[in-house]
Amino acid sequence: MSAPSQDVATRNGVVVRALIYALLILFAVYYLLPLYVMVVNSLKPLDEIRQGNMLALPQQWTIAPWLSAWSTAQIGVSPTGLKPYFLNSVLMVVPAVAISTVLGALNGYVLTKWRFKGDNIVFGMMLLACFIPFQIVLIPSARILGLLGLAGSVPGLILIHAIYGLGFTTLFFRNYYEAFPTELVRAAQIDGASFFQIFRRILLPSSGPIIVVTVIWQFTNIWNDFLFGSSFSSVDSIPITVALNNLVNSSTGVKEYNVHFAGAILAALPTLIVYIVSGRYFVRGLMAGAVKG
Amino acid sequence: MSFLEIDNLDKSFGTTRILKGVTLGIEEGGFLVLVGPSGCGKSTLLNTIAGLEQITSGEIRIAGKRVNELHPSKRDIAMVFQSYALYPNMTVGENIGFGMEIRGIPKAERDKAIADVAQLLQIGHLLDRKPSQLSGGQRQRVAMGRALVRKPQVFLFDEPLSNLDAKLRIDMRTEIKRLHQRMKTTIVYVTHDQIEAMTLATKIAVLKDGILQQFGTPAEIYNNPVNMFVADFMGSPAMNLVPATIGQSGSESTVELARAGAAPVSLALNGASSALSAYRGKEVVFGIRPEALTDPDGADRNAKHLVTTDCHIEVVEPAGSDTFAVTNLGGKGVVARLRADARIKPGATAPLTFNLTKAVFFDPATQERIA
Amino acid sequence: MADATATARNAIANPRATLQDLLPKIVLAPSFAVILIFVYGFIAFTAVLSFSGSKLLPDFSTWVGLSNYVRLFNHPNWIVALKNLAIFSILYIVICSVIGLALAIFLDQKIRGEGLLRPIYLYPMALSFIVTGVAWKWFLDPGIGLEHVMQSIGWESFSFRWIKDGKMAIYTIVIAAVWQSSGFVMAMFLAGLRGVDNEIIKAAQIDGASTFVIYRRIIIPLMRPVFLSAFVVLAHLAIKSYDLVVAMTDGGPGTATWTPALFMQKFTFGRNEMGMGAASAIIMMMMIFAIIVPYLYSELGGKKK
Repeated sequence: MSAPSQDVATRNGVVVRALIYALLILFAVYYLLPLYVMVVNSLKPLDEIRQGNMLALPQQWTIAPWLSAWSTAQIGVSPTGLKPYFLNSVLMVVPAVAISTVLGALNGYVLTKWRFKGDNIVFGMMLLACFIPFQIVLIPSARILGLLGLAGSVPGLILIHAIYGLGFTTLFFRNYYEAFPTELVRAAQIDGASFFQIFRRILLPSSGPIIVVTVIWQFTNIWNDFLFGSSFSSVDSIPITVALNNLVNSSTGVKEYNVHFAGAILAALPTLIVYIVSGRYFVRGLMAGAVKG
Repeated sequence: MSFLEIDNLDKSFGTTRILKGVTLGIEEGGFLVLVGPSGCGKSTLLNTIAGLEQITSGEIRIAGKRVNELHPSKRDIAMVFQSYALYPNMTVGENIGFGMEIRGIPKAERDKAIADVAQLLQIGHLLDRKPSQLSGGQRQRVAMGRALVRKPQVFLFDEPLSNLDAKLRIDMRTEIKRLHQRMKTTIVYVTHDQIEAMTLATKIAVLKDGILQQFGTPAEIYNNPVNMFVADFMGSPAMNLVPATIGQSGSESTVELARAGAAPVSLALNGASSALSAYRGKEVVFGIRPEALTDPDGADRNAKHLVTTDCHIEVVEPAGSDTFAVTNLGGKGVVARLRADARIKPGATAPLTFNLTKAVFFDPATQERIA
Repeated sequence: MADATATARNAIANPRATLQDLLPKIVLAPSFAVILIFVYGFIAFTAVLSFSGSKLLPDFSTWVGLSNYVRLFNHPNWIVALKNLAIFSILYIVICSVIGLALAIFLDQKIRGEGLLRPIYLYPMALSFIVTGVAWKWFLDPGIGLEHVMQSIGWESFSFRWIKDGKMAIYTIVIAAVWQSSGFVMAMFLAGLRGVDNEIIKAAQIDGASTFVIYRRIIIPLMRPVFLSAFVVLAHLAIKSYDLVVAMTDGGPGTATWTPALFMQKFTFGRNEMGMGAASAIIMMMMIFAIIVPYLYSELGGKKK
């Protein structure tokens, strides 16, 4: 290749690369814009939003909307702020995640290391359960929760979330343990280890990454759930997402946009923190949820 | 009566039969090698002996006692796996001691046993490391340590050397043989490497498609293969298997080997068996190992029946210790093994000596041995 | 080779061994039973309901045959919901795939700052649809959002009031949904791109192919499984779409942004038409299964080899 043409090629390359960078940055702005709008406007007085520019930084900084969203804003009939609902979500998420993760790990262990006739059918049925539109179980679930005396309660929501999370947790552990060397299990059998000893001593110590992935996935999904929360909760058990929606869409009074934004960030904060702290595992969970088998 | 007996063993997965009526046995202190191409069922056979897989029918006995129903840990066996199967979260010492820990043996006793084995295998300095910090050869030793510490009646090895590089593999092979000579424990060993089988075994079982092809000492298997599969599988370079015709010259049987662009080679067979005489005028497969086809000076002087004939040499492959020459007989490339300094050139014609005492004949249709 | 780690079945001789043998199934049984009841049993329950005349409560005394389905498909709101689903899912899937693939390819050009950009593209996936909905609802609100901003900085004639416009509102939901999911599609494609064998690309470079040609002729065709996965995930999210619509428009203006999921909810719990609600849920499930079942079948079947 002669020198001048190479020169042209390099110059073209530079232009193309500059364009790529410009596009990538443009998209970064697109993704960040709503977050920016929420943060900036949650720190402004209401008047400034109504009259001013949504994209501008606050002229008068205030944390009043945050305080209001957390503890005094009118939600439903009572001016409690999001605090009690945030607590409801915590009380709901922690046990539901724990139960579904433990059961998923045991299921994955059995389905890969103690295979039996029909195990693939069992797994297939559990896998398919991940994808059903939950609308189809709403009516009977409400009935069952009523029969169990759990209607409108936090334990009822825990039960529902634990059950409908089982498919995914089983899928995660099953795929992880599928790649776990069966020879190790055999060696442990020859060493005389029992079913639970093999699980606890051999598999569990190597399961750190998949436990993190599963916990994050379950935490994010259950925390962000709206459908079950809005269908099966009563005044005392409303989770944060439903409360946020009530806050924003209540038809009474003035629309306090700044409080809405502060509330939205509060509702998003736990999952955002998890994402920032362990994004790698979060992405892995998404991938595992997407690429089956 | 053998120490380990496998009696008419059948194993199916669904409708596929993996093992078909395998019967064999090994005496106490023997070294049994199961060999065959991948998918022949040799690993499955080993797993059934270990109790890791159920059998469909038949019986397995160790020291005269039926073990079909026993859990792997109750069969008094130990196993070394292909991947070594070291528990990644435990140290070397914990790996070796895990079985004893499960059986509730006190720590002091465990430590003593671990130390003894570590000394035997020279891995004492590795005891506190994790498997991920070890080299392949070290992992191999730890895996053997975990098996040795059990002091079992039977050791089972599942292709233990296949993950090592070529040089280390030969060292470890010698090591395993030395350990066997010292411990005198019965061993069942699976491999697809026929050289490993020849060097280690006191008895070899050759398997193909779940059927036991031949069971015997290494010498029997090598010199008297019962069919073309065994003949071809054992030995490197492989035995030459050449289409030929049995002819007649006077009262003597001959074997006729076709050649491209020349008259067929006719080799007289001194006192051929009657089985072979029955094939006069018919096609057979003539089998001769490369070392039985050599230059006249390199031929075995003690052999009873040598025939020398001129052959056209197509390719010459010097291998250092020997020189291999390829000639064309019966439409196939036939490998001869010559002395390293044999003066031979590709494209030329050179005399080659057939050691017909070592020749074998197969029926081309059934692939079974004729003579 | 089967990886069944079968233990010796010693049923007669040793009861302890029997327990150990059954243990795996005993451990699995509760989960499986719960799935059988809460998923498959409930689907059956809903299916039965869809043939009943249930109104406010499940009513198993009046049977109406297929009439719930007939009424459903004659109901203007359901027709609107289906049309919206078609518009929404097509745009959502296509735009997410295009943006996702483009971003993945751009990011794959040894970009400085990839470690910073990637998490920015992906973080919306960690948010609740309700939060996303609130953010976009107000950002697109003509009174305070984009239109207001543009006008206040001097572009007096700027108008963007889709969210208040019955014809256009569904597109604002597409905008928000794409914002939420396209980064995820990017991550899937990026993983796929990184998985392509480097030697294939080197071979193509030696053959003189330009970067563009390498992508078009070699890499993108290799991405077929990723396209398929992305399609399945997005399609199933689209059919389930509920939270985002509730948060942004709650189906409005009027019924302009109803989706099947919203229809089910409103008819079952709002209008006491449980039979029709059940029928709509059954239709939703059939749509999802039509996409998922063949996909899972091929994935699981392919794995067995």
